[in-house]
Amino acid sequence: MSAARVVGQDVPRVDGLEKVTGAAKYTADLKFPRLLHVAVVRSPHPHARVRDVRTGKAARLLGVRAVASGRDFPLHTGIYLKDQTVFATDRVRFVGDPVAAVAAETPEAAAEAALQVEVDYEPLPPIFDVEEGMAEGAPLVHPDLGRYEVVSWIQPKAGTNVCNHLKIRKGDYEKALKGSWRVFENVFKVPQVQHVPLEPHVSVARVDLAGKVEVHTSAQSPFTVRHLLSVCFGLPHGDVRVHVPYVGGGFGGKAGINLEPIAVALAMRCRGRWVRLMVDRHEEFYATVVRQGLTATLVTGVDRSGKVQAQKMHYLWNCGAYGGYGVNIVRAAGYTCGGAYEFPNVWGDSIGVYTNRPVGSAYRGFGMQEIHWALEQQMDEVALELGMDPVEFRLLNCLGAGKATVTGQVLDEQSGRVDLCIRKVAGEIGLEAAREKRPYHGKGIACAVKAPAMPNDAASSVVLKFAEDATLEILISGIDYGQGLMTVAAQFAAEALDIPVETIRVKGCPDTDLSPYDWQTVASRQTWATGNAVLRAASEIRRKLTETSAEVLGVPVAELTLRSGHVVHEATGRSIPLTRLVMGYQFPDGHAIGGPVVAASSYLPEGLLFLDPETSQSAKPVAKWTFGAQAVEISVDPETGQVTVEKVAACYDVGRVVNPGLIRGQTYGGIVQGIGTGTMEELVVDTKTGRALNASLMDYKIPSTEDVPAVMTVDFIETPQKDGPMGARGIGEHTMIPTPAAIANALYDACGIRIHELPITAEKVWRALREREKAREEAAREAGAAIAGAGVGV
Amino acid sequence: MKKISLEVNGVQENQEVEVGTTLLRFLRDTLDLTGTKEGCNEGECGSCVVLLDGRPVNSCLVLAVEADGAKVTTIEGLSPDGVLHPIQKAFLAHTSIQCGFCTPGMVVTAAALLKECPDPSEDEIRKALAGNLCRCTGYRQIVDAIRDAAAAMRTKEAVREKVSA
Ligand code: FES
Ligand code: FES
Repeated sequence: MSAARVVGQDVPRVDGLEKVTGAAKYTADLKFPRLLHVAVVRSPHPHARVRDVRTGKAARLLGVRAVASGRDFPLHTGIYLKDQTVFATDRVRFVGDPVAAVAAETPEAAAEAALQVEVDYEPLPPIFDVEEGMAEGAPLVHPDLGRYEVVSWIQPKAGTNVCNHLKIRKGDYEKALKGSWRVFENVFKVPQVQHVPLEPHVSVARVDLAGKVEVHTSAQSPFTVRHLLSVCFGLPHGDVRVHVPYVGGGFGGKAGINLEPIAVALAMRCRGRWVRLMVDRHEEFYATVVRQGLTATLVTGVDRSGKVQAQKMHYLWNCGAYGGYGVNIVRAAGYTCGGAYEFPNVWGDSIGVYTNRPVGSAYRGFGMQEIHWALEQQMDEVALELGMDPVEFRLLNCLGAGKATVTGQVLDEQSGRVDLCIRKVAGEIGLEAAREKRPYHGKGIACAVKAPAMPNDAASSVVLKFAEDATLEILISGIDYGQGLMTVAAQFAAEALDIPVETIRVKGCPDTDLSPYDWQTVASRQTWATGNAVLRAASEIRRKLTETSAEVLGVPVAELTLRSGHVVHEATGRSIPLTRLVMGYQFPDGHAIGGPVVAASSYLPEGLLFLDPETSQSAKPVAKWTFGAQAVEISVDPETGQVTVEKVAACYDVGRVVNPGLIRGQTYGGIVQGIGTGTMEELVVDTKTGRALNASLMDYKIPSTEDVPAVMTVDFIETPQKDGPMGARGIGEHTMIPTPAAIANALYDACGIRIHELPITAEKVWRALREREKAREEAAREAGAAIAGAGVGV
Repeated sequence: MKKISLEVNGVQENQEVEVGTTLLRFLRDTLDLTGTKEGCNEGECGSCVVLLDGRPVNSCLVLAVEADGAKVTTIEGLSPDGVLHPIQKAFLAHTSIQCGFCTPGMVVTAAALLKECPDPSEDEIRKALAGNLCRCTGYRQIVDAIRDAAAAMRTKEAVREKVSA
């Protein structure tokens, strides 16, 4: 492949060969001498006081090497709110909460020993719903809430179940509502769902005899794992080493820290031995993390022109038992509550509520699919009730240059064009108002927007260095669990240095001892942040190469360029191959200059400002926005209620398409995952026992090949992002945000029913159709009776 | 413990196994053929698909002792000496891989399909892969790759027949 203009080309995945041959090693594929296996003792109660944990019997069993429980590990961890210990200490908060764990020579011995750990529980009243959790006098899931350490921009309320509350106050909502021509109010709900990465969570740990901790883990964020392990065990960061091999899917479920502390706790009890904790598919569903549930109440006031004047959003997030990570979803949902629209007067409350459900955490979209499920249906309903075309209504109200978000941030020319995305997908699906309607066939649209939700100082760094043959090695610590980060990093470097992409090796499986720092692989931030760091490091490499060459050729640096693996002096045609420069240049007389060419660089988004704690107003709360839209065409089987998504059109303003094949893959994948949460997925928790009732792939269905729409069209707008690498902005999460709402809007178009609670299952549709039928019959009967009663003769 | 002898990717293996050991664990733990993945261990995801005497099976549902005397092909057996199978080539060309965890099972299942049915329709491909879950790709590029690989294999076959005729 020609080196120049590699960005924008279909460069094959650089990790593709390893993955397609089975050579790629994932955590569970690694071999460790005399590996110990772990079984976790988990709470069978959704909420209980832990009176006593007796591990003596278990510890004495044959083959058992270590047992650990809460009293030995009292320190708290959590990425934003430190509300969790390694094992439950005084109370358990969900069915699955770890109470103790055992490491033994075989998995069977570990499982047997786990059964022998005796725990005395005193059951406490559980809460499962946010409304219960918010009620006066509700049982407290975290009585210690006021005492936990928390970052300054998260606001838990001590003495309640509220782990974060973000308020948006913009303009004068009350006045605007009073002045509105028409007002609409609706409640929408989203259940907890699970990520279902094909590779379940797995972590392996050893504490050596010198006390150094080493971990191999399936995680999205090696440095955050290291940091939080250091915090929760009180260790210097330098004594904790984290390796992340290839990762079989994450979707947010492997962000922050997960199984690692349990593995380390056990490893501390049997120094020198490797300890592996690998959850099975059942535990993966209820005992790792899930997406938070949401109850959203929306009020919209519009004027006669169809412009929204007043908008209220009240979100209650079901955070589950711990909110260490989820509190930031509450925040992100708050400052994005206006979606892709300009709302001049806003009253928003985004409230995170602890319950005794599985732990809510990051999931692709970070709250955005949930809030768009509500907002995009609301917008559709308002448009249709006003007799407006939903596409025109959206175009009238959407954000764009010169318009202000709910935090008062005024967008500019480079912020992206949602209007173009709307027009594109509307055209693809044929959403024109005058379209011909077929019974039980419908079309719908939904917009999407998301910004990276991260601390303002979240940074990435990279190292670029050469091997003797001028192979460029790129060290990154962003994790490529499929998005294509390794490949795009190679593309950026290849283009910046004009070297063939085939001569680049990206070291994408980091080791925190040797790899450069990266905050986390989340927030669709890697192509952008790591991409920027690669470009900066590449210019440093270019500087070093040209400076040495200038000395060799006796020409000014400014006259030198890099071309096809050479430093070239265009005017004279003289050039030096990189192979003669990358380890230093040696002159014919033997003296050498330069030296190994290596560069390190980093990227940290600049100019981000905190939200005002009372109103959340901020001129620049986030680094960038990515806008998009999807439109769908569906059919409904009136007999069964089954919805079939026949066609999906997606369009996003991504700034720059770095790799068409990869970005299409992200989009197809997001659409189908969106169809999953849209039409089939829900983790059902029994509100008597707190147990997850469908914690297996048999009972919790995710889309298979047979659920994929016959047609998916994917398009991109390229409005360059000023601070994006070659103009690119994030896209990974956005692709699944609007899908469920677009399906819901198409369902209304198809047969006039609205489903307010995800997922849109056949059963719900069937019931709604039946109810409507009944209501019609009723109405007809009443009308008939009225006619008969009036004694109208025939 | 029981002695079994079977051919794995063309190599004769004689090993002792516990009778309860699954073929999946045997391949991964005893033979270190870790290309075959474990996604659920109960027959629901297809990450563990291997060929047992040419038939695709979920190796987590087969006991190692049941494979005694059989021929087993895993993902590692599809590219002997580094020469990629046409399906593998097509997966690379179509960007059909993301995290890669489902990839071995997908490729092996597809290899069995194309042996049975050299010119499958899109529908037949989807049906054959219905037991192989992928959470990343949305399947589109996987199905495209298999269709393409089928075409490439048919062309090659036609050329081979012509040459030998
Ligand atoms: S591991 Fe065998 S089907 Fe999932
Ligand atoms: S590529 Fe990740 S599960 Fe298929």
